[in-house]
Amino acid sequence: MGTQQAGDAFLRNLDGLRGHTVASRPSWLGELRGAALGRFTRLGFPTTRQEEWRFTDLSRMLSIRFEPACGGASDGLASEAWALVHALPGPRVVLVDGHFRADLSVTAAGRGIVVDSLCRVLRDSPGLLAPHLAHYAPWREHPFVALNTGLATEGVFVQLAAGAVQEEPVHLVHLWTAAGKARVAHPRALILAEPNSRAAIVESYWGSHGSVSLTNAVTEIVVGRGAVLEHAKLQEEGDEAFHMATVQVHQQSRSSFTSHVVFLGGSLARNEINIRLEGRRCRCTLNGLYWARGRQHMDLRTRIDHAQPACASEELYKGILDERARGVFNGKIYVHRAAQQTDAKQTNRALVLSDQARVNTKPQLEIFADDVRCTHGATVGQIEPEAMFYLRSRGIAERRARQLLIWAFANDVVGRIGLAPLRTAVEQLLTAGDGLSVGPVAGRLP
Amino acid sequence: MLIVKNLHVRVGDKPILRGIDLEVHAGEVHAIMGPNGSGKSTLAQVIAGRDTYEVTQGEVYYEGVPLLEMEPEERAREGVFMAFQYPVAIPGLSNTRFLHAALNAIRKHRGLPELDAIDFLALIREKAAFLQMDAGLLERPVNEGFSGGEKKRNEIFQMAVLQPRLAILDETDSGLDIDALKIVANGVNSLRRPGRAFIVVTHYQRLLSYIVPDRVHVLYEGSIVRSGGKELALELEASGYGGLQRGAARDAAPALP
Ligand SMILES: Nc1ncnc2c1ncn2[C@@H]1O[C@H](COP(=O)(O)OP(=O)(O)OP(=O)(O)O)[C@@H](O)[C@H]1O
Ligand SMILES: [Mg+2]
Repeated sequence: MGTQQAGDAFLRNLDGLRGHTVASRPSWLGELRGAALGRFTRLGFPTTRQEEWRFTDLSRMLSIRFEPACGGASDGLASEAWALVHALPGPRVVLVDGHFRADLSVTAAGRGIVVDSLCRVLRDSPGLLAPHLAHYAPWREHPFVALNTGLATEGVFVQLAAGAVQEEPVHLVHLWTAAGKARVAHPRALILAEPNSRAAIVESYWGSHGSVSLTNAVTEIVVGRGAVLEHAKLQEEGDEAFHMATVQVHQQSRSSFTSHVVFLGGSLARNEINIRLEGRRCRCTLNGLYWARGRQHMDLRTRIDHAQPACASEELYKGILDERARGVFNGKIYVHRAAQQTDAKQTNRALVLSDQARVNTKPQLEIFADDVRCTHGATVGQIEPEAMFYLRSRGIAERRARQLLIWAFANDVVGRIGLAPLRTAVEQLLTAGDGLSVGPVAGRLP
Repeated sequence: MLIVKNLHVRVGDKPILRGIDLEVHAGEVHAIMGPNGSGKSTLAQVIAGRDTYEVTQGEVYYEGVPLLEMEPEERAREGVFMAFQYPVAIPGLSNTRFLHAALNAIRKHRGLPELDAIDFLALIREKAAFLQMDAGLLERPVNEGFSGGEKKRNEIFQMAVLQPRLAILDETDSGLDIDALKIVANGVNSLRRPGRAFIVVTHYQRLLSYIVPDRVHVLYEGSIVRSGGKELALELEASGYGGLQRGAARDAAPALP
């Protein structure tokens, strides 16, 4: 089936999906949804003929008849998910099969911070959303963002008041239960960090193996003047899951934003993170790790727009590809004419463990200012024989040496995660953990 | 302990070692000197088990067992250790985690119980203190961003933890400052035992005045062209390698006692 036909099949189902769409009120929201769906219909689903989608073929996904998810029971969920939930005792919003679960969530409505379901905020104080919702993510250009904007039924709202310091990280949990039917959800998050606030926010996505699902997520983040925000996104969905996501970040002057993206799960997973440095003297740090095995396809994209002078961005993305996996990395740095004294650094590395794995990486620098420092380095390679020999010459068996070196490659990124409970959770997903210093024996390691 | 017989080694089409004979007994310290490119590191790496080198002729026995048939990790577990001339950096893997895996692999092979994290940390802190190594280096990724001297000291630290029977130190002295050289030499001397042997590759007599060798060998274009006692190192320091020529030198000084 061609992408066009597949897309049509997908779209026919949208009529069913529309019935589930909540809230077309207040009127601005109804208009927004209508406009976004109109946009989507005109854009259609991307095909591999489009440069941005050249290496990511959606036809298999689009041939599936997805149904809107109903709220599921919370039993049978990944124990790792609960381990992380318990390790992060702060405010949280839990969506199960795309539906808000008040019983599992710990919302916050204090003076410094609001953490709640998007629907509840829409119902009780829509005025908080109107100036921001869909003002940042590119729904006019990006079909999946348009689709989410038109169809999102639930999501999360986080607001940090000016000067608020949120000590405990906020956790946004997305879980798919096991099910026989193919389901779709369009979770939406809006995160507003007002000037000089400080917080850490974790988004985690989990699922069960053997169940088909599509997560089409959009997260919009505004980092206000002088605010410091750390954002982590962990994706560990099931082996038949599809994940399409855009994270849109707008930074105001002197703000600092750190992102960690860890992609381990899913059959086909794509994450786009777009940073706009809209004020002077911003800093942004992007770390990313993906690990694809079997026939997994992972597509990780970053775009940093240096729109104002004297901002610094630093980026490290690493991918591990095993078996018949496919990886795509695209990192764009766009330095606008006004953005003098930009300091931008991008590094991406791929470790290819099998002859049949493939990776396409493309750094893209577009620079329109003259007083800038931009560097980028990209490598694709195998495990280094010198390092293997070094470990083996100390008595470490070949298989184990290989595990340690893969671990080391990944840990170079994981070690940068500042939130200890999250770092531990990721380490445990990568390894089975056999004591403090001995290192991995199982988990994802071969 | 170690017997090398007529060892010929090449890389691709290039012959590097051309008939090495060497015998090292338990308790001895042998020094190997020789000009750049003469094959010293090649010999060390072949004994440690690096597979980029092709052995075309000859044999190596370690404790009576043919060494060349063993995997590098088996050699290490049996007590062979090489301090690398150029230690490899491994970003993302802490020195501690690495060495814990190594020590436990060796202990397991020797029928000893594995050390848990607490006992292991106590052990490495003690060894690090003895070698006056900055404890911060223990938690850092293996050799990543280490200075030249720190890397060399880290090699000796690993040796002190792993307690090999045959240790080959490939230019461990180059890159060390004067104080560090004394500390490292002390470390080596404190490990000298009747049951343990050392092969010390060096360009400098200075190291050999701290670690006094039983034998000194000169490697030249892939052959041992002279062997002698510790005074040979002094002689070389004075006269250099200029006078050495393969054929002539070999006649003048038989390689083996
Ligand atoms: N992998 C290799 N490929 C090609 N040539 C090699 C390789 N390894 C060693 N050689 C060559 O073999 C010769 C001996 O090298 P080796 O490193 O053993 O010398 P060395 O005596 O240790 O020198 P130095 O004192 O400079 O450390 C050199 O000419 C070197 O270029
Ligand atoms: Mg050498």
